[in-house]
Amino acid sequence: MGKARGKILLLNKPLNFLGMVNTNTGEITNIDDGTRIYHLKNTILVFPNSIGSSVGAYTIFSLRSNNVNPRGMICTNKVDITTASGCAISNIPLAFINNENYKRFIENTRISFDSNEIEILLDTEREIISID
Amino acid sequence: MLLTHEEEKGLTGENGDALAAAYRILVAIGEATNAEKLVPIKWAHISGVNYNTIGDSGLEFLKEISNDGKVKVTTSLNPMGFDRDSHPDLSVEFIEKQMEIAQAYDKLGVTPTFSCIPYEIMALPNEGTQVSLAESSAAVLANSHLNLITNKESALSALASAITGKSPYSELRIKENRNPQIKIVNELNLENELDYGLLGYFTGKTIQKSCTGICNVSSDISNTEAWNIKSLAAGIGTSGSCGMFQLQNLDTHIEKVNYGEREMRETLDELNTSDDGQVITFGSPQLGIEELCKLQSFLQGRKFTKPCKVFCPKMVYCKAKKAGLIETLQRAGVEFISDACTCLTPLITRKNYDSIITNSVKASYYMKTSNKISVALMSLKSIIKKFTTS
Repeated sequence: MGKARGKILLLNKPLNFLGMVNTNTGEITNIDDGTRIYHLKNTILVFPNSIGSSVGAYTIFSLRSNNVNPRGMICTNKVDITTASGCAISNIPLAFINNENYKRFIENTRISFDSNEIEILLDTEREIISID
Repeated sequence: MLLTHEEEKGLTGENGDALAAAYRILVAIGEATNAEKLVPIKWAHISGVNYNTIGDSGLEFLKEISNDGKVKVTTSLNPMGFDRDSHPDLSVEFIEKQMEIAQAYDKLGVTPTFSCIPYEIMALPNEGTQVSLAESSAAVLANSHLNLITNKESALSALASAITGKSPYSELRIKENRNPQIKIVNELNLENELDYGLLGYFTGKTIQKSCTGICNVSSDISNTEAWNIKSLAAGIGTSGSCGMFQLQNLDTHIEKVNYGEREMRETLDELNTSDDGQVITFGSPQLGIEELCKLQSFLQGRKFTKPCKVFCPKMVYCKAKKAGLIETLQRAGVEFISDACTCLTPLITRKNYDSIITNSVKASYYMKTSNKISVALMSLKSIIKKFTTS
């Protein structure tokens, strides 16, 4: 539960935190064809869900400890246990947006996978996801 | 989520900080997965042991929670970074911090199995029992093959369940959710453990549901070939969020995805990044007795032409030693490493190796993504054919 504001980082593929994230730098590598690097620090991460290793929960905690964590996370497919538990001990607000609302959100805001400069507000207590 | 009076007391810290932290994790998961209550579990298996993967923040967290925390149910432990009985060529800092992690788990009352195949070395609860397994391959295998009930837990959720003896009643813990909504139709003749691993990796990557059906795979794999079922489960656990598969008939009327020559080739191309390697590794998941026997029988007295590391639990190693298996395999050039696993061990890093040879899709994925090491991915039979001499 909580409130967070940050630049949106939109990923259309699930994330294996252990295999794809550098906990020192907050960089996501090995996603897509591996040529593009994304930075998690200070973002609101919007992604389907996490996959793979159960240790990913500790990866999220390490990101927090190294101050390179996303400020909030929004899952678009399902909130998985790895992400939920990692966010819980890291005090990172986490929300779920269902498919219908996700599509509406993308259409209304014209966010694309390249529009990482857009800043959004996530307020899990009031169930608000909005663009500033 | 409704909590009992006792659970509320635990959450508010009346019974200690560790229990409160554990309940906070479970409540967060319960709310995220729409659980209505917590249910008792009888066995937990915890991941997050290797210092390489949990780092300093993980170590500090474990030290803190072990101050007043104790596990309430039988709890086993995933592999750490190296073999306790060896003198690994690793930094003093790594060894000390790894041992601090082991000590924290010991203080919590966890059984030091250091194994990712606890189902081969622990006494299993009765079928249908709720458990909490964090190791992804073990969770998939337990649900699909052992008829135990677990979600695909995280390192932290399994730890919290071990300390409370509870888990949120959601997802695969609910009977109705254990039916596949989608199935993979296998079109290939699966010949070996690598074929099963590739099918598993494709399945996990393709199906983002809790449970998937798989058609045209002989139900015999569950009974006759440990390596095949372990490879299938590990593949699914590595690439997805799916926590269970069911072997099904073709006539089940649910959505289907075909797995044929092209899908297999694309999966192999993604994971196989080299034709050759400097070292052969077996054991991700770790090898059990049955696989050591198979390795011995396939070798037929031949010797490896490259260094070969086999990862297995200490308990399996001791049993195999009594049976004379260890000596025979050592003569073939095998080096045994217990307590650790191919994946993410600091014993196999970019500093030591550019490339490895393995039959494990799980090892292949993490070597490629985390360790930045190229992998020649081939079946046990092919490895023996190519890299042994009489």
